[in-house]
Amino acid sequence: MPSLGADMDDGVLIEWLKHPGDAVRRGDIIAVVETQKGAIEIEVFEDGKLTELTVREGERVPVGAVLAFIDGPGAEPAKPAEPPPAPAPAPPEPPRAAPVAPRVGRRVRISPVARRRAAALGVDASGLTGSGPGGAITLADVEAAASAAPKPAAAPRRTAFDPGEMRRAIAAAMERSKREIPHFYLAATVDMSNTLDWIERENAARPVPERLLVIAPVLKAVALALRATPDLNGHWVDGAFRPAESINLGNAVSLRGGGLVAPAIRDTDKRDLDDLMRTLRDVVARARKGALRSSELSDSTVTVTSLGDDGAEVVCPVIYPPQVAMIGFGATVERPWPADGALALRRVQTVTLAADHRVVDGRRGSRFLKTLNDLLQEPEKL
Amino acid sequence: MTRDEITELVRRTLADVAPDIEGEPIDPDALFRDQFEFDSMDFLNFLTGLHEATGLDIPEAEAPQLASLNGAVEYLSSRLS
Repeated sequence: MPSLGADMDDGVLIEWLKHPGDAVRRGDIIAVVETQKGAIEIEVFEDGKLTELTVREGERVPVGAVLAFIDGPGAEPAKPAEPPPAPAPAPPEPPRAAPVAPRVGRRVRISPVARRRAAALGVDASGLTGSGPGGAITLADVEAAASAAPKPAAAPRRTAFDPGEMRRAIAAAMERSKREIPHFYLAATVDMSNTLDWIERENAARPVPERLLVIAPVLKAVALALRATPDLNGHWVDGAFRPAESINLGNAVSLRGGGLVAPAIRDTDKRDLDDLMRTLRDVVARARKGALRSSELSDSTVTVTSLGDDGAEVVCPVIYPPQVAMIGFGATVERPWPADGALALRRVQTVTLAADHRVVDGRRGSRFLKTLNDLLQEPEKL
Repeated sequence: MTRDEITELVRRTLADVAPDIEGEPIDPDALFRDQFEFDSMDFLNFLTGLHEATGLDIPEAEAPQLASLNGAVEYLSSRLS
């Protein structure tokens, strides 16, 4: 059971998508796990053959528990040296108005697309009778159940996650952050006019599907600035800083109904802006649908949050442990600004770095912000 | 397309972009941003859905006209008539 964040202690294995004897390749989705952040797809990181499943569907298991064994090419058949740990007893469940997936008990056969639809519509799949092969619940079964269900006049917003669980997860991570991490903050006002002007020129010539948002050059600039300041890119583990081998920015996505996820964009510094934009659109859409992958919740090395859409001018982020830095972008505002020897009206943003003082000092942080500012003055080079 | 068909298209596109709001009542004059907490990415995905369904290019300068249900229906009606 992978850890999908500092706040995750366990998860419920909802569904196996591969079975013993199946060949698997790196990146394949083999299972779906329900966590406090909703249903997450579990990927494999090795090619091989699935030989044994050690956890049943519906079981709650702690982080670190063995879920399955995979024999790699040429490997000896892997067997546990000792029986896998018994699953932790499920703690009492809080009442749920609209369960999104079977928690424990009988096995529910349901296709992945039907499961996601059930989550989105708030349909309890465990109560449905499937019309598919072997009694499997199909998309049509879910749609029919949703149509048949009485709709209250003011139904709470449906989400692909339990807002109460999500809030508890955020609370746990933020408490830990403020308890353990000696934050310091540095801020700089960045003239964003060049970047915004450049995007407007670019978008004027692009069809809708290919347009850019300012978040794309912002993330690329942050990633390149981190490349120049590697002390900020990594994790604090077992009392020491471990620099990350790649720069995987987590982009904070605010979820309707309350909650937050920050899926990782792998190798942000190596992507061009169009690739970044496509990837962002994909992960934001999947975050809204509750279809993120395990690596996207565990691979972030630094998180970026932008509240510019909502008007907050300054954002002082709380670092997501075990990361050691987080960058906040405030709203874009017009200010008188020196340009070419005169005052001009320019569009500026306040960028705030929250950093872990166990790892870096102010000078490094200040250098990071200066590099970031310089990069955003030449967006065409990003 | 008739006005009713355009209204249905806009509703369907909204549900595709934000499946978590499907079935909620829509205030036709309220901005999606205020009503459904749309951010800039949601709005771009909404415009993309309309573009793909209709083939219309929507200039960026005109995009704010589509920021509510009524606004989007009015805009598309004028462009598709």
